[in-house]
Amino acid sequence: MLEGLFAFLFQFGDAFAFLVLSASGLAIIFGMMGVINLAHGEFIMCGAYVTVTAAHAGLPLPLAIACGSLAAGIIGIALERAIINRLFDRPLDTIVATWGISLIATQGTLILLGSTMPGVGTPLGSFEMGSYSFSEYRVVLMVIAVAMMGGLYLLFHRTRYGILARATIQVPHMASALGVNTKVMHSLTFGLGAALAGLAGGLYAPTMTLVPTMGTAFIVESFVTVVVGGADVFLGTAPAAVVLAFIKAGMTSLYGQLFGLIGLLLTVIVVIRIMPRGLSGWLLRGRE
Amino acid sequence: MSDLASREGTAGATGRAGGARRRWRPLRTLARLNGPQTLGRGPAFWIGFVVVCALVGIYPLFSDGWTVGNTAYFFTWTFMAMGLCVIWGYAGALSFGQTAFFGLSGYAYGVLTLNFGSAYGFTFGALLIGVAASALLALLLGYFLFYGRISGVFLGIVTLSVTLVFETFMAQTAGPEWTVGSARLNGFNGMTGMPPLTLPWFDGDIVLWPDIPLYYLLMGLVIVCYLGLRIFVNSRFGNVLVAIRENPDRAETLGYDIRRYQLGAFVVGSSLAGLSGVLYTAWGQYITPNSMGLYAAALPIVWVAVGGRSDLTATLVGTLAVLWVFQTLTIYGSQYALVVMGALLLVTVLFAPRGLALGLVDLAGWSWGRLRGRKARNGQGDA
Repeated sequence: MLEGLFAFLFQFGDAFAFLVLSASGLAIIFGMMGVINLAHGEFIMCGAYVTVTAAHAGLPLPLAIACGSLAAGIIGIALERAIINRLFDRPLDTIVATWGISLIATQGTLILLGSTMPGVGTPLGSFEMGSYSFSEYRVVLMVIAVAMMGGLYLLFHRTRYGILARATIQVPHMASALGVNTKVMHSLTFGLGAALAGLAGGLYAPTMTLVPTMGTAFIVESFVTVVVGGADVFLGTAPAAVVLAFIKAGMTSLYGQLFGLIGLLLTVIVVIRIMPRGLSGWLLRGRE
Repeated sequence: MSDLASREGTAGATGRAGGARRRWRPLRTLARLNGPQTLGRGPAFWIGFVVVCALVGIYPLFSDGWTVGNTAYFFTWTFMAMGLCVIWGYAGALSFGQTAFFGLSGYAYGVLTLNFGSAYGFTFGALLIGVAASALLALLLGYFLFYGRISGVFLGIVTLSVTLVFETFMAQTAGPEWTVGSARLNGFNGMTGMPPLTLPWFDGDIVLWPDIPLYYLLMGLVIVCYLGLRIFVNSRFGNVLVAIRENPDRAETLGYDIRRYQLGAFVVGSSLAGLSGVLYTAWGQYITPNSMGLYAAALPIVWVAVGGRSDLTATLVGTLAVLWVFQTLTIYGSQYALVVMGALLLVTVLFAPRGLALGLVDLAGWSWGRLRGRKARNGQGDA
């Protein structure tokens, strides 16, 4: 009984970490800029590829993951400068453009690097609890997910960048009039989102097969989390990840992986009917 | 719609009672072929239209069976493109998941015809049931989406998630337990062996293999759909859709229930995606989960965006052109085709937001206007 409960909790934590890590980059770009980045999966893929390449080159894994995240962030900033900032007033066209980028990135990776890449093994060992065995790396991922939310909170509420970025989304013209370079803010925010996607890719790289289409493994979960969460990262993405992780873990342990996914999808379709602006829109409903 | 029609009717009856100018109802409907929401009107356009139809009609006489079948294959996709054009271009709601309806109807056709065969024209019954299944799913999904009043970008990602989950679901149905009647869903390898569309005829059935008869059937369907949609978007319903696209708040203040109109457009467009799915399945006797995946879902967006989403004619012409270019590319360098597609999408969005076909029309109109302006000025100078 106790070990069954622990197994469920572990699965819940695992699902929570996956949802938070894979969605936060998308959520920041959406919440701060109103842009849905359909190339999100490709930033994740980029982070994973760079991480594994760096690890093969001899860097220790944490450093390699940092490299992956950084690479994705730099590419994100470059893309924002080149393409996204021309499309700010056309949200639907931004989706289409990022999808174009996604097609080019996936197929380009396939052409340049081949259909698959040798990975690195999952680090750390596993521990036993009764008859179950659990991976320690998964526990590390859960800790990182929670720590990342804390770090983002500090970043957006305690640093100069965070305050300027929030000012930029609230009243862009006023921020601009007060001397904030809103263009740089947008670029940095997009870069941050891309770097978080790269981080997710780097963190999950040791647990997955590296193929150019690996981004699609993340994309449905991160979309669903962002739609359920709404525009606010802290009051939206985090609680949405808790609720969805519970549903996913429950459905997965009862009926299997696929039904976990179907459960998520049905949840999102029902949630948008009741709370069209997501959990955060509902939580903040009196405040605008 | 009936409301306005009846008002028009009474106005006509009282205003010019019994006058010769009052038009017969079907004629009034036909008059909607031209209207503010579609490019092309007047004798020049329609003569051109008839000429193009005639050329397309005699084309099989000068070509071989394979090419004709291949052109028929292009035709099967145009319905999904025209449907997306209605949803995205006219109603302003971008759906990324049209392939979910494509797949649903395709699989429905496969399951039905594998179970009940093709006798007595049942394949056409299966076609209708398959399209109805898509309409029903669109109604259900659209109810949650539009009545939840979710914004544009969310609609895109929810519909995309639906089609991706549907793909994942169908991909894992490889086991023998996944059978419906005598039809095996067959997982990632897809379903095969369903009969093509079959017309019952006096001296035995006509089986429509991908060849000249199927070509004519599809050509007829494309023309009927195109003309029908022209009437649809120029009708009162279509005008309200465009008003909603331009300014939802204003349309709502004027008393229109925008949710109902958008849902209507979504159901029409998705049924057309379903029709494409059935025709595709019948054309190749084959459907796989791949046709609902990320790349398949990207294709309709590419066709419609590149062609010009705000006009049916531009979408239709653009779709056929992109399909042809894409196939040519695939023959000469298959792996670069998707890169070119992505680049085409980017270039279109950045430099010709209204679409390449419409961009060309605009450019032609602009240079024609300049030319005439210069002539007029020169004329004045001479005088």
